[in-house]
Amino acid sequence: MIITVASGKGGVGKTTVAVNLAIATGATIYDCDVEEPNANIFLKVNLQKIEDVFLMNPVFDLNKCTFCRECAEFCRYHAIAVLPSDILFFPELCSGCGGCKIVCKHDAIEEGKRKIGEIYHGKNEIEIYQGLLNIGEARATPVINQLKKHVDKKGIAILDAPPGNGCPAIETMHGSDFVILVTEPTPFGLHDLKIAVDIVRKFNIPFGVIINRYGIGDDSVEKYCNGEGIEILMKIPYSREIAELYSKGIPFVKEIKEWRKKFVELYEAIK
Amino acid sequence: MKQIVVASGKGGTGKTSIVASFASLTKAVFTDCDVDAPNLHLILKPEIIEKIPYEGMEVAEINEEECIKCGACQKACRFGAIENFMVTEEKCEGCGVCMLVCPVNAIEMKKRVNGYVHVANTRFGEFVYGLLIPGEEASGKLVALVRQKAKEIAERKDKNLIIIDAPAGIGCPVIASLSGTDLAVIIAEPTMAAIHDMERILEVAEHFKVKAVVCINKYDINEEMTKKIEEYCRERGIEIIGKIPFNRKFTEAMVKGKNIVEYDKELADLMKEIWKKVEDMISQK
Ligand code: SF4
Ligand code: SF4
Repeated sequence: MIITVASGKGGVGKTTVAVNLAIATGATIYDCDVEEPNANIFLKVNLQKIEDVFLMNPVFDLNKCTFCRECAEFCRYHAIAVLPSDILFFPELCSGCGGCKIVCKHDAIEEGKRKIGEIYHGKNEIEIYQGLLNIGEARATPVINQLKKHVDKKGIAILDAPPGNGCPAIETMHGSDFVILVTEPTPFGLHDLKIAVDIVRKFNIPFGVIINRYGIGDDSVEKYCNGEGIEILMKIPYSREIAELYSKGIPFVKEIKEWRKKFVELYEAIK
Repeated sequence: MKQIVVASGKGGTGKTSIVASFASLTKAVFTDCDVDAPNLHLILKPEIIEKIPYEGMEVAEINEEECIKCGACQKACRFGAIENFMVTEEKCEGCGVCMLVCPVNAIEMKKRVNGYVHVANTRFGEFVYGLLIPGEEASGKLVALVRQKAKEIAERKDKNLIIIDAPAGIGCPVIASLSGTDLAVIIAEPTMAAIHDMERILEVAEHFKVKAVVCINKYDINEEMTKKIEEYCRERGIEIIGKIPFNRKFTEAMVKGKNIVEYDKELADLMKEIWKKVEDMISQK
């Protein structure tokens, strides 16, 4: 079973839920927040790099190139500029679609690999896979995509999604059996939750909501969920103890025993 | 004209609350570039003057009647967006390769509206923000459009400052928010996760040659970690422009749709001090 833990708004406790749920159920965690992976800060597994992630980029053979501009005209990302006797290529704009090589009639384009990220793996009591996007790279989705190839459907796979409602978050939840949307009971939390709900509904994925830091803010998130018939799976109260454990990178199911049971029940409920 | 971006790497460190408070302290054009989850408008309460549709990447469409099911498009698409001779729209990057390889011209690239740029007035002045239609792609380009609009307005209204609320992360919309700015204010939080993320966003700022300073929010939830941030910054010559305590009044103000300067006198004084430092830094440049 694949469960994605997502949240429209960042910093509302997505990784906390993913990690605690994984520890309570013995699931494998996939940290798909490849821009800022945090799950292993709580798991402290010794990670090994297992793969590099590459994007295919064009390499131009200026001896064969006639500077006809066909490639630049095709490229919808404006990654190629053709000068009278030179080519400028902007790798950070290139999607790696390979179209320029296909349109080139003069066989002047080959493809080369450019590294944009890495995949890590490690295991102690918990098994974790993690993607990491290189600094300065814009495209997180190819890293997420490659990371997701390791997802084992037979066991319990928990995907820690990146925050927001953009393409990296959507790429992560694609193909999941269930999505847990984590939010906080504030106007910001509610606003971003509504967008996230629109998305999971559009993709027809069963989902439920966890309200973290319950007790701060107001009751508008609860009212919204009740009004929309959305199940509130769990409420995690705001507590200084939980916040402090979080700041130190300690998953709170390890220190507060009754929570382990609650996370097991959570899994039973969504299974 | 100067541009300041407020970023954090990790989400939820209080970036938007801090940007909202700056709105009370300076005359600038404000922008929210967190286009897939914008929040600043909830405090600034904009009166929208103009809503500009944004067309991002096109998306492939296969004409069922003309398709001969040869599979050429499926093989050529590097993004796995075509399955069973159908396009999965949210995976399509709009590259146009399928259209190029289709032997019977059964594929067309369709334009579509991916989101909107809102130009608005608020009780603090001009505000530009982007909003992506849920599930749509290409947020980096929408960010660029928001910034371009903000620039036009600043020029027209003779304002010499733009303040940008950036999204979380370090990828495409963050790079689009950060590149070409004069100063990045990084909002950190004394937790292990936030420190890790702060280090990554500082590297991104350095990569794009944007000067960065750090502001520590909720510094008293773990003073030991706060010391670590201070040490890290000192070693690298990064200035810490302020430390904000954890205070429920930030959430209370948010619930009331106000910024903290409007809501609490004491915290307002602190925010003024922090803003003063930011102002000094950009006028030095
Ligand atoms: S591979 Fe695609 S995106 Fe990259 S330069 Fe060629 S046409 Fe442009
Ligand atoms: S336009 Fe590009 S990404 Fe979209 S379906 Fe065609 S080949 Fe795939």
